[in-house]
Amino acid sequence: MELDIDIRKTLRSGKRSFHLDVRLHSTSQRIVIYGPSGSGKSLTLKAVAGLMRPDSGHIRLGGTTLFDGRAGINLPPQARKVAYLFQDYALFPHLTVRQNIGFGLADGWINPSVNQRHEAVDYWLGTFHLDHLAHQFPDELSGGQRQRTALARALVARPQALLLDEPFAALDPALRVRMRAELDELQRRLEVPMVLITHDEDDVTALGDHVHCLHDGQVADAKTAGLVELPHEVAAGA
Amino acid sequence: MDLAWSALGLSLKVAGWATVLNLVLGVGVGFLLARVSFPGRDLLDTVLTLPMVMPPTVLGYYLLVILGRRGWLGSWLQDTFGIHLIFTWQGAVIAATIVAFPLVFKPARAAFEVVDGQLEQAARVLGVTEVGVFFRVTLPLAWRGILAGVLLAFARALGEFGATLMVAGSIPGKTQTLSVAVYEAVQAGQDEVANTLVLITSVVCIVVLMTAGRLAPGRIANR
Repeated sequence: MELDIDIRKTLRSGKRSFHLDVRLHSTSQRIVIYGPSGSGKSLTLKAVAGLMRPDSGHIRLGGTTLFDGRAGINLPPQARKVAYLFQDYALFPHLTVRQNIGFGLADGWINPSVNQRHEAVDYWLGTFHLDHLAHQFPDELSGGQRQRTALARALVARPQALLLDEPFAALDPALRVRMRAELDELQRRLEVPMVLITHDEDDVTALGDHVHCLHDGQVADAKTAGLVELPHEVAAGA
Repeated sequence: MDLAWSALGLSLKVAGWATVLNLVLGVGVGFLLARVSFPGRDLLDTVLTLPMVMPPTVLGYYLLVILGRRGWLGSWLQDTFGIHLIFTWQGAVIAATIVAFPLVFKPARAAFEVVDGQLEQAARVLGVTEVGVFFRVTLPLAWRGILAGVLLAFARALGEFGATLMVAGSIPGKTQTLSVAVYEAVQAGQDEVANTLVLITSVVCIVVLMTAGRLAPGRIANR
């Protein structure tokens, strides 16, 4: 999957301002954007999902133009066919695990009912071993179960790409290792293109085929971004 | 006694309609003020809160001026649709709606402001339309706070006296609500009728307040 990002955005809050100026291009199935907090990696990922409108530039994903400032193209998030895994998962607290996973499959103004069966939802409940938790609410789940629910909700609609915002930051270290392995295996099996942002070097080592580094709103070399050890198979961006 | 029950029925009818109107208007205005930033937003919020602090008789006077035969809205309604609102129960509904309005839109605005925007973003990325996001995520999460305000507004509308008397008058069986009937009974020295009316009003208000208390945010986990 080809990802082509070339965007600029200026954010102001009070007297401080932040300039995002990111150009990156990749054809990898497993892209990792690495950078310290405040480097602009979250903004970049939100721009791909359509949750942040850049001031100018363009974003193309797999041949589709998602955003083009000059041509006046800005697809709404609903039309981008990407899945987004939020850092703290953003599960709907008023809906059960089953309803959360089936959320995107239901059109209209009402949520899927508690007992509604859907083949795809059942499949993901089974794949992630969530069957026995189908009627639980998010605040009754462990960290790992929450992440699996969020992943299932993201994948159930067969997205063109999976965007992950620091997916393991909210987990304790032991669980982090296990969930990382699960995601690694899942991505290979589904062959769904993945863009992951992180400030954890272990994520880079385990999941990054093509790594880009950000620092202070710009694409930087690995050293500037604070990435100490580059795994040998990784080709650093820029 | 018949008078007491017809007054209760009328009060419930007026308060019920005022609550339904406030539910729609209060939720709409609360959402607008919480989410859309526009010049004059604070001024609008202040003006809409006025009924909470102004004497109901002043509000009633404003309504008479606007809705009366010579008022700009009243004369237009009369000429265009043949509708006359003064001294009707529909007039009482308008008076009660305006008096209770701040009790709905204030908590509604607060409830919408604390809904986690990230959940709405998550719903958008999942392909749900903006209307779907509102009815499936935003409203259910803000619902508890809104409902508590709606019940308080119902109680307030039920007890409305000043503005209602100014706009709708006190026609037994037609516009004489419970609170107005209490006043009339006391004035006429009918202590027994007054006692019954007061008792009915107190019981209804206690029930409403207890229900509102159970629904107040924070008492039960948000679900």
